[in-house]
Amino acid sequence: MLSRREFIQLCMSATVGMSLTEYLIPVMRSAFAQNKITKAPVIWLELGSCTGESVSLQNAINPSLEQLLSESLDIRYHWLINVASGDAATQAIENTLKEEAGNFWLIVEGSVMTADNGRYNEIFMRNGQMVTGLAAVKEIAAKAKYVIAVGDCAAFGGPAATYPNPGGAKGVWEVVNKQVINVPGCPSHPDWMSGTFTHLLLYGLPQLDSYNRPLLFFGKTIHDLCQRRQQFEDGIFADFPGDIGCLYRVGCKGPVTHADCPLRQWNHSVNWPVKAGAPCLGCASPHFPDGMMPFYNHLPDIPTSFATLNIKKISSGLVAFGIGGVGTHFAVAVLKKRIHKHYIKGTKPLETLPPETLEQAKQELNELTKQKNALLSITTKSDVKQALRHRKWWRRKLAEFLNPKDKDGE
Amino acid sequence: MTKKTIFPVSRVHEPLRVDVEIQNGQVVDATVGATLFRGFENMMIGRDPRDAALLTQRICGICSSAHAIAAALALQQAFNLQPTPNGQHLMNLIFAADIIQNHIRHFYVLAIYDYVKGPNMPPYTPRPEGDYRLPEKRNAELLSHVKEGLLKAMRAHEMLALFGAKIPMQQTILVTGVTEQATVDRISAYASILHELMEWVEKVYLYDVAVLADYYKDYYTIGSSKGNMISHGMFPQPITGRREYSSGVMFAKGEVQPLDINKISEDIKYSWYQGDTMQRPQEGTTIPDRNKADAYSWVKAPRYAGYAFEGGPLARAWLSGKYQRGTGVMDRIITRAQETLKICQLAEEWLAQLSPGGPTHTPYTSVMQGEGIGLTDAMRGGLGHWLRIKDGKIDHYQIITPTTWTFSPRDNQGQRGPVEEALLGTPVANTEDLVEVGRVIRSFDPCFTCAVHMIDAPEIPTMII
Repeated sequence: MLSRREFIQLCMSATVGMSLTEYLIPVMRSAFAQNKITKAPVIWLELGSCTGESVSLQNAINPSLEQLLSESLDIRYHWLINVASGDAATQAIENTLKEEAGNFWLIVEGSVMTADNGRYNEIFMRNGQMVTGLAAVKEIAAKAKYVIAVGDCAAFGGPAATYPNPGGAKGVWEVVNKQVINVPGCPSHPDWMSGTFTHLLLYGLPQLDSYNRPLLFFGKTIHDLCQRRQQFEDGIFADFPGDIGCLYRVGCKGPVTHADCPLRQWNHSVNWPVKAGAPCLGCASPHFPDGMMPFYNHLPDIPTSFATLNIKKISSGLVAFGIGGVGTHFAVAVLKKRIHKHYIKGTKPLETLPPETLEQAKQELNELTKQKNALLSITTKSDVKQALRHRKWWRRKLAEFLNPKDKDGE
Repeated sequence: MTKKTIFPVSRVHEPLRVDVEIQNGQVVDATVGATLFRGFENMMIGRDPRDAALLTQRICGICSSAHAIAAALALQQAFNLQPTPNGQHLMNLIFAADIIQNHIRHFYVLAIYDYVKGPNMPPYTPRPEGDYRLPEKRNAELLSHVKEGLLKAMRAHEMLALFGAKIPMQQTILVTGVTEQATVDRISAYASILHELMEWVEKVYLYDVAVLADYYKDYYTIGSSKGNMISHGMFPQPITGRREYSSGVMFAKGEVQPLDINKISEDIKYSWYQGDTMQRPQEGTTIPDRNKADAYSWVKAPRYAGYAFEGGPLARAWLSGKYQRGTGVMDRIITRAQETLKICQLAEEWLAQLSPGGPTHTPYTSVMQGEGIGLTDAMRGGLGHWLRIKDGKIDHYQIITPTTWTFSPRDNQGQRGPVEEALLGTPVANTEDLVEVGRVIRSFDPCFTCAVHMIDAPEIPTMII
């Protein structure tokens, strides 16, 4: 079996063309063979979700969903794949709560709807009574070994909690009295989910950041890992999504988003948004989407004012942090002259129309000569300066040589 | 008479509660209700219109691109823009890949376990007893195809990501096209996956469906609807805007008539919203009220000229005049499989029409005032986005989704929704597990993440920072 360190290296170095699960299955198999692990009983609840995470997880399974189910997770309840319906299916929840208390995992997809005491989302029946998602999560999480929130909705409220949040959507951590492992993203990348599950199974709790996201997937910003980073450094900016150049000006939220999309890429490393010319939306962030909108503007003009405190889900402070992050990054970039004139004017190819008449050609030649002369004079000037500096440096050395007292503070 | 409740109905997208009344082994009355409310349309108010496609697609994880396309169509009208030919083809290719994915997943992940015995482990156990008619060998064969089906659906998503960047929730669709370039390597990659899928759909998917249809012949009549069909049309062609699947409506399997969107209205008497008057998608205000008496669903009841309509592959097949066999469970499953193949073939044509390296979009800016309606068919039927822009921000947004049509509750006249109607007369062998009811419901491919219809609230005061 791999050591924990090796496992983390494996997760962080996803190779192009291979999904993480392809590596994991043999690892899991050998671990099973050595009786080191047993399948984890899982209750998977879908609350205020779009089933995007379940669909995303189906995309990763290579070769099949069956494989993950037979190798690592013992999914007792997940209404998207349960064959039985109604009470026959929900009986599995009751049984798991009884038999596997303190041992099973609760995986939550979708945000917890809290409006009208949770009645905006009812998920099953017990003794003829409707049970709300809110009540179910609270009850089941109390007995679970791990509570894992997959997707931005379950982790932080996500799109369901967009202002004005009519359903009172909240992240799972806000309603349960327990540590919640957050695997965000809209949807969450299948590797992020399967990698986290496998880490839990083989080595226990992974190292988490302050938002309880596994560091091995959410440790660096998109911006740091981006293929277009060099264009950012060079000041080549796209004027419109899809253009060549860094997408910072057209709203890319890569600088404030922690995720490894640029390395891992999506759907079996086929593509990922920035590669396709689409600015990053920041969907793995705690303040997605309110803190990230408008998607195509760099600096957000968020209609969700602080005053209305719309995002109670993560406290308005986090939003402020998000906006602050974007703003500060922008300001620093301007100060450091990374962005300078290119940000304002954009980068356009030089317009070089061939001269039509002899007069024009002469004029252009004159212009060029002028430019050349100007450049030459600048170079001469800087040469002079250099020489001056050199002379001063020489004088300073001489002075030091003559008065060596300062050196050790004697 | 026995009253039975199934909640939650599994293997559908998001919670669904079904109540049936059974008499002499037959369903005599049924109500279907969705039990999740999120309220997406309201979130759109005060936003930058350009964000509509990206935010609204987050309504649904299985048909995200459909919402992006509908929003892009609405914005095209509001901004008065045309997509570039390449852009239009790429949008169609993205959408086609998503539909292929959806249809394969519907059959191999959701519907098949109604007819085929799954492996003996959770979550495939417990399973209802009885009425698995396939001989053991056939059963095993179809089960092995389930694994292939999962893989092929994943391949369809890979194909989509070539031009859509990622999926679920593609990210490249703009108003005038897509951000990704139509490069030769991407086109050939798409083509190679497409050919693989086409071959497989023809050899395996259609074959499996034929096997099921052979063993479950009675399901041609079980779950029959009235034959009111509606389609918004889909896959517009560049420049002309003519749609590969044309729009239309059909009353009780009659003549195909042109679609008149002004005849669409919504009733909310049995939905958890305040009031009980009929509304048009362009207007009206509704506010959630979970304590409303008699109401049993978050889904509204859209009606066309006052009648309930069914959308989806079966409706598209009927409206195109290519299918006239019936409107039962098997008809829905068969037309879905046939449509998958048809869409593969269409995608192949569009690939040939792409000009590599040609512009896939044109730059545009937002407008201060405008109105737009984006109508397209999605996987499950007609999808519509209605939007209005005021002072450069979205002022009104309304969405009617396919599942809202098919899984609508009763309307103000007390007429049942299409699924409630189709459930009538369903024979029930065992009142405990009600497999027959599940089969009828799943044949419609319900998706309540979309259907739960949102509020259209008075304008919310906003402060621009």
